[in-house]
Amino acid sequence: MEDLLREYLPILIFLALAVALGLVLILAAAVLAVRRPDPEKVSAYECGFNAFDDARMKFDVRFYLVSILFIIFDLEVAFLFPWAAAFPDHGELAFWSMMVFLAVLTVGFAYEWKKGALEWE
Amino acid sequence: MAVATLAFYLFACTAVAAGALVVLSRNPVHSVLWLILAFFSSAGLFVLMGAEFVAMLLVIVYVGAVAVLFLFVVMMLDVDFAELKAGMAEHLPVGLLIGVVLLTQLALALGGWAFSDAAPALREAPAEAVGQVHNARALGRLIYDDYVFLFQAAGLILLVAMVGAIVLTLRHREGIKRQDVLKQIHRERHEAVELLDVKPGQGI
Repeated sequence: MEDLLREYLPILIFLALAVALGLVLILAAAVLAVRRPDPEKVSAYECGFNAFDDARMKFDVRFYLVSILFIIFDLEVAFLFPWAAAFPDHGELAFWSMMVFLAVLTVGFAYEWKKGALEWE
Repeated sequence: MAVATLAFYLFACTAVAAGALVVLSRNPVHSVLWLILAFFSSAGLFVLMGAEFVAMLLVIVYVGAVAVLFLFVVMMLDVDFAELKAGMAEHLPVGLLIGVVLLTQLALALGGWAFSDAAPALREAPAEAVGQVHNARALGRLIYDDYVFLFQAAGLILLVAMVGAIVLTLRHREGIKRQDVLKQIHRERHEAVELLDVKPGQGI
């Protein structure tokens, strides 16, 4: 347990440094920078026009489909990883159970390919 | 070990603060970003407990995929959140009441809850000591033999999720030209190009 945590110490130090650097940069901008706010500075430039819509508009639902399909295959790989890590210890059952799992998901993959869910018009 | 304790308090405080900010922040996109921070700090807590694999899974699946999905949902909703928040003051008492009821129910349920004496013996798979075999391998020894039916059920659930997502969201638009790779490959030159001998001064 101790050894395991010691292996993660560099990552902790890295995280601390990253957070510290980010804070320093933000605070430096807040402390050192010259600030003279003016409404003209944020208005549309010369012959540009004012924004007539909100930046938040409806997304196409197909983005959602792509990301759901991504999550499913992400989970499949997440299941594959411990199987591969423990491969020398496996018996017949463990091997074939993974093969059945992969076959089931391949059926899903074939369905989604045939349906054209992977195409973008 | 002092560093581990310090890291624990750091991650725990970050997780709680980020969780609170998910609820409190005005902009829903910011809420999702705070949620990602909460996921990260819980991953840190998992590492401190020695569950590296679960921690990495949390980062890969939750931060990498689920958070993106949440962002899409927030973007897709197209709700005017300022308008939604307008009725906050009048609905606050009802909301607080429901919260208190839920909290008392949880307290009642968890207050009288304890481990049975036989529980450790009943566990089918006692975990191996963390130092001896690493996480992913210890998990791999268990899931695919001892829990084979649950594992297959997980596969079927994923299949159902895939089919469901396609059935619910896939709409093919009519009248759009699609790429047909086979047709493109099998196209011959004489189908595509025609040579014409045009005399000077004449049209085709």
